[in-house]
Amino acid sequence: MRKKVIWVLGLVTLAIAFAACAPHATQDTLQPAGPFAREEKNLFVPVFGVAVAVFLLVEGVILYFVFKYRHRAGQDRMPPQIHGNTRLEIGWTILPAVILAVVMVPTVATIWDLARKPPSDSLNVTVIGQQWWWKFQYTDADMQTAAETPGPITTANELVIPTGRVVYLTVTSGVGGIGDAAVIHSLWVPELAGKQDAIPNHENHILLQADVPGIYEGQCAEFCGLSHAIMKWHVRAVTPEDFAAWSAGQKEDAITPTGGLAATGFDTFMSGTCVQCHGIQGTDAQGIAGPNLTHFASRKCFAGCLLDNTDPADIARWLHDPTAVKEGSFMPNYHLPDDQIQALVAYLQSLK
Amino acid sequence: MASVSVQSPTAGGMLRRPAATTGFWSWFTTVDHKKIGILYGVTAFIFFIVGGSEALLIRTQLSKPDNTLLSAGAYNQIFTMHGITMIFLVVMPMSAAFFNYLIPLMIGARDVAFPRLNAFSYWAFLFGGSFIYSSWFLGGAPNGGWFGYAPNSTTDPTIGMSFYAAGLLITGIASSAGAINLAVTVINMRAPGMSLFRLPVFVWMGLVVQLLLAFSLPIITVGLFELLFDREIGTNFFNVAKGGNPLLWQHLFWLFGHPEVYILILPAFGIISEIIPVFARKPLFGYQFVVFSGIAIGFIGFGVWAHHMFATGLGPVANTAFGISTAIIAVPTGVKIFNWMATLWRGDIRLATPMLFAIGTVTMFVIGGLSGVTHSVVPSDYQQTDTYYVIAHLHYVLFGGAIFGLFGGMYYWWPKVFGRRLGEGLGKTHFWIMLLGFNLTFGPMHILGLQGMIRREYTYPASLGLTFWNQVSSTGAFLIALSILVFIGNVVISSRRPRTFEADPWDGRTIEWMTTSPPPDYNFAEIPQVHALDDFWHRKYAEDKSGRLVPVQAGAAAEAGAHEDAGHGIHLPNPSFWPIIAAAGLPLLGYGVLFHWWMAGLGAVLVLVAFYGWALEPSAE
Amino acid sequence: MAQASIEHGGAHDGGGHQASGGAHETSTGLPNTKLAMWLFLASECLLFGALISTYLLYRGTSAEGPYPADVFDIPYTSVSSFVLLASSLTMVLALSAAQRRDIARMRLWLLTTALLGMTFVGGQVYEFTSFYHEGLKLSTNLFGTTFYVLTGFHGVHVTVGILMLLSLVGMSSADRLPDDPSFPVEMIGLYWHFVDIVWIIIFTVVYLIPTGSPSS
Repeated sequence: MRKKVIWVLGLVTLAIAFAACAPHATQDTLQPAGPFAREEKNLFVPVFGVAVAVFLLVEGVILYFVFKYRHRAGQDRMPPQIHGNTRLEIGWTILPAVILAVVMVPTVATIWDLARKPPSDSLNVTVIGQQWWWKFQYTDADMQTAAETPGPITTANELVIPTGRVVYLTVTSGVGGIGDAAVIHSLWVPELAGKQDAIPNHENHILLQADVPGIYEGQCAEFCGLSHAIMKWHVRAVTPEDFAAWSAGQKEDAITPTGGLAATGFDTFMSGTCVQCHGIQGTDAQGIAGPNLTHFASRKCFAGCLLDNTDPADIARWLHDPTAVKEGSFMPNYHLPDDQIQALVAYLQSLK
Repeated sequence: MASVSVQSPTAGGMLRRPAATTGFWSWFTTVDHKKIGILYGVTAFIFFIVGGSEALLIRTQLSKPDNTLLSAGAYNQIFTMHGITMIFLVVMPMSAAFFNYLIPLMIGARDVAFPRLNAFSYWAFLFGGSFIYSSWFLGGAPNGGWFGYAPNSTTDPTIGMSFYAAGLLITGIASSAGAINLAVTVINMRAPGMSLFRLPVFVWMGLVVQLLLAFSLPIITVGLFELLFDREIGTNFFNVAKGGNPLLWQHLFWLFGHPEVYILILPAFGIISEIIPVFARKPLFGYQFVVFSGIAIGFIGFGVWAHHMFATGLGPVANTAFGISTAIIAVPTGVKIFNWMATLWRGDIRLATPMLFAIGTVTMFVIGGLSGVTHSVVPSDYQQTDTYYVIAHLHYVLFGGAIFGLFGGMYYWWPKVFGRRLGEGLGKTHFWIMLLGFNLTFGPMHILGLQGMIRREYTYPASLGLTFWNQVSSTGAFLIALSILVFIGNVVISSRRPRTFEADPWDGRTIEWMTTSPPPDYNFAEIPQVHALDDFWHRKYAEDKSGRLVPVQAGAAAEAGAHEDAGHGIHLPNPSFWPIIAAAGLPLLGYGVLFHWWMAGLGAVLVLVAFYGWALEPSAE
Repeated sequence: MAQASIEHGGAHDGGGHQASGGAHETSTGLPNTKLAMWLFLASECLLFGALISTYLLYRGTSAEGPYPADVFDIPYTSVSSFVLLASSLTMVLALSAAQRRDIARMRLWLLTTALLGMTFVGGQVYEFTSFYHEGLKLSTNLFGTTFYVLTGFHGVHVTVGILMLLSLVGMSSADRLPDDPSFPVEMIGLYWHFVDIVWIIIFTVVYLIPTGSPSS
């Protein structure tokens, strides 16, 4: 029996030692960076504490009983035949019920609090999950583009928000019509909010808000097919001033390069199949099946946030064979020659 | 039809009824619940090895970031098959093995109510499982998760999810037939004096499980048909373009899926409710509370399904209601745990291997139960759902609870079934390695989930900071595998030892220990007259006024044991070819829907002919 | 399942296998087969419950026609529904004849029941065909999908019932039924009545309660 106690102690020590050397995780639900995620954490932590207390009590009593009432060699003790004790049993029916009722009070309050209507000055964004990337459309009146036919500012895999302001997301799932399917996704950025499923033919809503500027990583949490693992995204929270500057820039048409490799890339892009799926505001490229590329170079990541927008090698790798980078990608391999790839990379990097 | 009318009044059936009850081929025609129980157990254990190997592949893939061992496509098939295998082809049939073997013995019956239907259930399960596994060679395994969420499952271009739907329909037929059969057996075939409140808790849990199956399987049957029809004949149930509602699938699936969780765990609860009293040498504390809480869990289990859907946007009203109902189901579960603890209190606890596994079940299940309570806290579930926190939770329930309990049951009833015990030393080694490996594997997953690791991702980047705990977890998985090897070694070594034929090796309480080990075909030479709960115990011991035990004079206990010359004149149903033939038609029907319709025709004819042969079969020849 | 019950209802092992104790009573006094049939039918309630729920969920949500009002011929279906209901009456008559051991009349009423059932199924086949020609296919819209699958599942149940009725008649002709044939007749009767009751619900939900088409 002493052996068992040593085992348990050893395990606990080991666990603590492990915990101490675990590195910082970037999608940690226990390090909220906004009021909504904090509300969820502040509910979870005390409930978890209660659970740990119950755990220690129950396991402690079990181990104590097993130790205390263990059979000893040579002993021929017949234990008392206790068949039950109704009062005791009613007691331990009611006790957990009371604990759970107490836990349910803040739970229900928080459910309703998180489901509340957004304030009137919130930023409204529609999120559309597609296989396997996120499309964000800023639907507010002051977030429309300066194009001939204005539309919402549209980005992919990166949601830029101002700090200190409630963001009201309308979440759904869509389809590009290029062989992909409208399936269920789940929008999640752990440090700012819990999950909200993106369901075809449904519009769901969720609130999020960031306290301080920074990049908050997230990913699709509902299994959505082949490249579910590579359907990441992030929230880039910036100060309200920076946000105003950013949105002003996003409203503008893309700059058409006038010379150099980027101009070659522009010609390649416009004369190729790219325009069928991708839109670039202010050009003939008006495709909507794939991500909007108008301000591609202003974003940090692409291809479900697998690759780095600022890294020419990453962009070239993608153009070389998308499906080799991301299984099942609905952007086909066009077997582009290297010089065309280099030109396209230069053009894409010019789309600030 | 023709086969009916050509029969002359005195004719036998369409095939001669097989007579042999021993030898290799007898296993294919047996209708003996004990042999069928063994078949279930062996098959489920083989699937356990397969599903466990899939788990090892998963853990190997995730043991380092950006691993390329498995492609996304391969990984999706493997994690899907792991789930399907462990739930439908391991825990359910392993529980069926225990129920089949033990329920008739524990209620004092000679067999189940419908022995041939029982054989049919087994073969349909085996062929259904094999049908699903044949997908690996016929275009790809299911790859949409065991939960098969539409429309991902209906739009996936590979054939896998059609195998999933058709295969689970086949195993569903097996389970439905088995459920009705065993429920009737418990309700109707109890020995004289075996009133409902003298039934062992294991039998009670068996009855609750069969009723849960009977009422939840038809719901998933409809869902699976809709999924299969969407994929194969162009219906629109989940077709978004035509206005289909993807949440319909989730409601149908979880209306089945949550009772299913109790279908998986209640057998283990029943098993340890038998083991703990025997090894504490005390009656189960509060028998009626344990029984009623099991029934309550079954009932409430139908009212909590939407807690799998908190993030789907059901709205605050539904989320509140299902959060509360989920919390409520913790109450009867807690009652059981407290009653097991109270059974230990002041006992004379013998830590033999079955008892270690039983205590392991309770302690591990407590962890899973408590993390389950944190899911009923809806807002924190918004964060935890679809993360490794949930994987940790469900494995503490289904591995820490169900699998530990089932292993405990194996060690406990092994001597009854095979006439020899499993080795104690290796058994304890098995337990401690498995306990350690299990906690190393699934404990860290709580942390991984809270740190934002999502489920069902085939790889993760190093930048997420998840590498360390994943390495710990993968190490633990191989320790579990090692412990299973120890178990297999134990089985092999002990099977070389001579049989001891101990009828009652643990000083048991229930009447299955009254007959010989292994029991004769007819179970009991004479059906025992039952006078009390734990009848066999009361035949061996009496309680004096202060509740102390006094052994009853020797000899009285063995009264109902089988005698050498006993068993003559007991009529048992003969073996039959028809169950396996009827079951063989089912996968043909499945292949027909997936590939060529003529196969389905062939399957239908086979089933029909088999049922006629079955109906016309004389009871003996 | 239902076929399987035929023989267990027979005299040879209707009461379990406790031959050593002579004629053995079950714990509840109910024959095993009857208990199993009730459980099976209870289970079937949930099957049809889920199918009807699916139909109700999608009722009136088809984005394009044909809509129910475009294809339904209520008087026609009412007649065939009446035929099916009438078959419950003939089933009762068959059971009563069986209980009197009036084998000839039992066969007659069983056959009549089967024929009425076949009339119903034939009517359903005709209905399906005419709807199909009016442009309502399984894949046309949510109405087509849910209508064909719900009524089709019911039709398959009726067909299985007809097969069992004909088998009973055949076995009776071949003298393969016990001297008192009322037990298997009663069991198949239970199934038959259940299928009839389910049809009353389906008929009401699908045909009688009007569905507003999106235009209305």
